[in-house]
Amino acid sequence: MSSDSPRRTLRVALGVCLVCSVLVSGAVVGLRNKQKSNQELDRLKYILIAADLYTTDAEVISTYRRAFQPVWVDLQQGRLLKPEEAARLGLKDFDPKNLARDANLSRALTTGEDLAKILRRPNYMFIYQVIENGQVSKIVLPVYGKGLWSTMYGLIALDRDLTTIKGFVFYEHGETPGLGGEVDNPRWRQSWVGKKAFDAEGNLRLSVIKGKVDPTAAEANYQIDGLSGATLTTRGVDQLVKFWLGRQGYGSLLDNLRGGMQSNG
Amino acid sequence: MAKLKSYLTNPIISENPVVVQILGICSALAVTSKLETAIVMALAVTFVTAFANFAVSIIRDRVPNSIRIIVEMTVIASLVIIADQLIKAFAYNVSKQLSVYVGLIITNCIIMGRTEVFGLKNPPLPSFLDGMGNGLGYGLVLLTVATIRELFGSGKLLGWTILPAKTEGGWYVPNGLLLLPASAFFLIGLLLWGLRTWRPATGKD
Repeated sequence: MSSDSPRRTLRVALGVCLVCSVLVSGAVVGLRNKQKSNQELDRLKYILIAADLYTTDAEVISTYRRAFQPVWVDLQQGRLLKPEEAARLGLKDFDPKNLARDANLSRALTTGEDLAKILRRPNYMFIYQVIENGQVSKIVLPVYGKGLWSTMYGLIALDRDLTTIKGFVFYEHGETPGLGGEVDNPRWRQSWVGKKAFDAEGNLRLSVIKGKVDPTAAEANYQIDGLSGATLTTRGVDQLVKFWLGRQGYGSLLDNLRGGMQSNG
Repeated sequence: MAKLKSYLTNPIISENPVVVQILGICSALAVTSKLETAIVMALAVTFVTAFANFAVSIIRDRVPNSIRIIVEMTVIASLVIIADQLIKAFAYNVSKQLSVYVGLIITNCIIMGRTEVFGLKNPPLPSFLDGMGNGLGYGLVLLTVATIRELFGSGKLLGWTILPAKTEGGWYVPNGLLLLPASAFFLIGLLLWGLRTWRPATGKD
């Protein structure tokens, strides 16, 4: 090869870069819309799965539009934000990852507070109200925290009593398939349905235990089976649920909503 | 014609990139705990090796020796990004599971190895076939390992239950070891042993 002159080298390098960059940007731009709609469909699908309203992919968007209402929440004050308040704060990104990354919209957690090992907690989160026959029938709360390998992102659905669990699903995690990955197992997810997260006084009692729940135990109503072979993932799930349903999470909101519902009779 | 065909078929068994050339072991560990991810990974790697080899071969007489590796890397990296974008657009669920591993195809030694050893020295068509053959050879190992790992590790294949697991009311106690990355080492080791016993010539340089 007698092609090593500097000018030649530069020319080839430029040429290769030019062709490659055209191809890459072509692929990115050309496929962007398809990817965006995939992501959106996927996000909505899991909200429906959590609320147990998922039927087929084709119906996801219409079901969501019919029955779901996203609402922003001030976690500190424990109240729902009005749409104009949320707009003033610039809240429009329904992704906990981005919310926690924004230094103005989140705060650092101390080690003692940080059960879910997420380091920063958003000040404002969003929840989904499920509206059936003109009434809020369920609410879906986004939750997340560290498992064994990955941060696990999930959704937990509560009944209108704000105590009974109606559904639970992770929409993103990187746990070992077959072990911690069994958080996706439909049977295990089904075992959450009907469990109580809080007792009659409103104290958080829910826990994911190691091993199987003894159905005769007094606590059985508040307990979920751990996943066998996945002690650390199980612990992660237990901690992240406790975090998000507790004081640092939606605890105050749920208390306030419960109080409001009682006074409304 | 027979020679052209051999470019495609040789790397599948007798010059298999993983168990004979011992390349690309690293990614074979990560994506083989389930068959579905392994299939998509195998297709993506085949796409990238075939076209990278082809593209490098087209420009092989123009590439200055001093920057040939960088040129190869640029071509490979572009193809990997395109493959990644395609997977995200058409197999979104799988792309969520593969996450970073698609991007890491860039570091798969098979691709770099083939462009350097073959693409730079041969005409486009044989290079394309050689790349494809190597991708398929890699895929064959990936699928073998993934089938064993998913079947005995979770009692399923492609998510369908084959051996009903005890935790779900069946009889099979899944072998959790097979789901951990280390088990892929054992399986690839066994494959290597098997192949070299069957065809001793593959072990000799």
